[in-house]
Amino acid sequence: MGTHNYNLTEQFEFAGKAKTLSIVGIVIGIAAIAYGFSDHELHERTFANLLLMGYYFACVCMSGAFFLAVQFVAQAGWSASILRVPQAMAKTLPIAVVILLAIIGAGLYTHNLYHHWNAPGLTDPNSSNYDKLIDGKSAFLNVPFFMTRQVVFLAIYSFFATLLAKLSNNEDLEGGLNSYRKSFKYSCIFLVIYGFTTPIFAFDTVMSLEAHWFSTMFGWYNFAAMWVSSLATMAIIIILLRKAGYMPWVNNSHLHNLGQFIFGFSIFWTYVWFAQFMLIYYANMPEETVYFYKRFEYYKIWFFLNLFLNFLSPVLLLMDRDNKRQENVLLFVSIVVLCGHWIDYYQMIMPGTVEQHNGFGFIEIGTAVGFVGLFTFTVLTALSKKPLIAKNHPLLEESLNHHL
Amino acid sequence: MSNIKYILGSFGDPDEMMHGIEQLQANNISIHDVYTPMPIHGIEAKLGVKRSRLDIFAFFCGITGTMSAFALIYLTSVVDWRNNIGGKPSFALPDFIPIMFELTILFTAFGLVGSYYASTHLFPGRAPRVMDLRATDDRFVIAVDAQQNADHTKIDGLLKDAGALEVKHNERKYISYE
Repeated sequence: MGTHNYNLTEQFEFAGKAKTLSIVGIVIGIAAIAYGFSDHELHERTFANLLLMGYYFACVCMSGAFFLAVQFVAQAGWSASILRVPQAMAKTLPIAVVILLAIIGAGLYTHNLYHHWNAPGLTDPNSSNYDKLIDGKSAFLNVPFFMTRQVVFLAIYSFFATLLAKLSNNEDLEGGLNSYRKSFKYSCIFLVIYGFTTPIFAFDTVMSLEAHWFSTMFGWYNFAAMWVSSLATMAIIIILLRKAGYMPWVNNSHLHNLGQFIFGFSIFWTYVWFAQFMLIYYANMPEETVYFYKRFEYYKIWFFLNLFLNFLSPVLLLMDRDNKRQENVLLFVSIVVLCGHWIDYYQMIMPGTVEQHNGFGFIEIGTAVGFVGLFTFTVLTALSKKPLIAKNHPLLEESLNHHL
Repeated sequence: MSNIKYILGSFGDPDEMMHGIEQLQANNISIHDVYTPMPIHGIEAKLGVKRSRLDIFAFFCGITGTMSAFALIYLTSVVDWRNNIGGKPSFALPDFIPIMFELTILFTAFGLVGSYYASTHLFPGRAPRVMDLRATDDRFVIAVDAQQNADHTKIDGLLKDAGALEVKHNERKYISYE
């Protein structure tokens, strides 16, 4: 043990097919969005799609930062050699945040998003538009406070995300344990803030689209979705890098751990999804069941496809130990889970925005492809700036010899 | 033929013990088993231990639990005594799921605890089977079947060379029957 001859200064070169394809993706995305905005009828649908993908993009990146923080706080050794991938995602977070804030701001301004609680006269008792429920919630759901929360939360996440990436970079340059200790400390602080604020972030960004309805499980439901989709993204990046000949130190045991994470948190997602569904179903109160009524009546296929892709496929395909260790199976399941969580967000967002007039066409696919291209481009650019391994990480040796 | 049943090489260091395993294997001496106070990574592969079937057993325990729960609820609240609960149909599957989930876990846990006791012979009133008591404390012990491997002095030498602190010749398999 302890002997290896990996090239610890190896750097990823972002060029060739990956770069071309990601730029093509971005172009398709821009075309889809431009097409959506060319027709006045399609504005709301385009905004709903932008919100979906902007939220997805930000969530995957901030969960990358969350992954980093969890590894530091748990003092995990196995992941030390793959930390550069979540770091690249964390470094992309500020870009994702700017895009998400732009989408939310424009949606609020043009009344294409959040018009359920942000329309003239909703809080004025003399108006014909008066809505008592919205008026009662207006202390929390008003534009200035809403935007402040969004900006503050996302700025805090971005700050910690870039800080953790920067500390790892310092560690590369200086060595020693200083950066590790600092990372540990900031990770602890970040996790506490993140744990308390992500539910509120999810309430604001997605749940407030249908402001009459509420569910206290919704925050954790979204947290599980973003966390598992981020893990799947990490697995995809690592497997594709390995296939391209990078990161030779990543062995089956690292994939096994990632597979366990994806498997476990897919089940956690289902658990939370079901906990929310079950209580609403059982109590059968009209103000709560309206949420599932819409989804079950107008989005039936999506409703079941969501459970099928996000619960059944990881359970059936990843339960076996050997499957977790095979990169092709893990890659396939990760892609399924990512598509599944797109559908998850789709049936969270669409019934509250376009209601029965939802569609699945060029706007949906194009926007998704565009954001995937943007994500690939920005994350791989960030990844190519630093060596693929944090060579002075104190637990690196454990990760290089990781064996399950 | 001597009546020595097992030769135990007792090591103070796991790496030396791993080296001892290699030495014995290089000399074609079959190893009965290795006892360590802590799990050692990669030792199963080195000893050629077959993959555990515990996960398959656990799956069947779990599925038994799921079906038992389903049968219990179905027979009581659908077949035997229908109740009107909140206007729901008697056979309301979402209501069944939490109980099915819990019994799956319960049956798996009981099944695995039971199989652990059965495979280690840990029963109430029975002394545990231990070849060398210090293997439960601070020593890493390689056990070689003395009946199958005739050249005892060679085994002793190999174990000593690899760094064994002590080599024991036991006339009984387990020292803790009493």
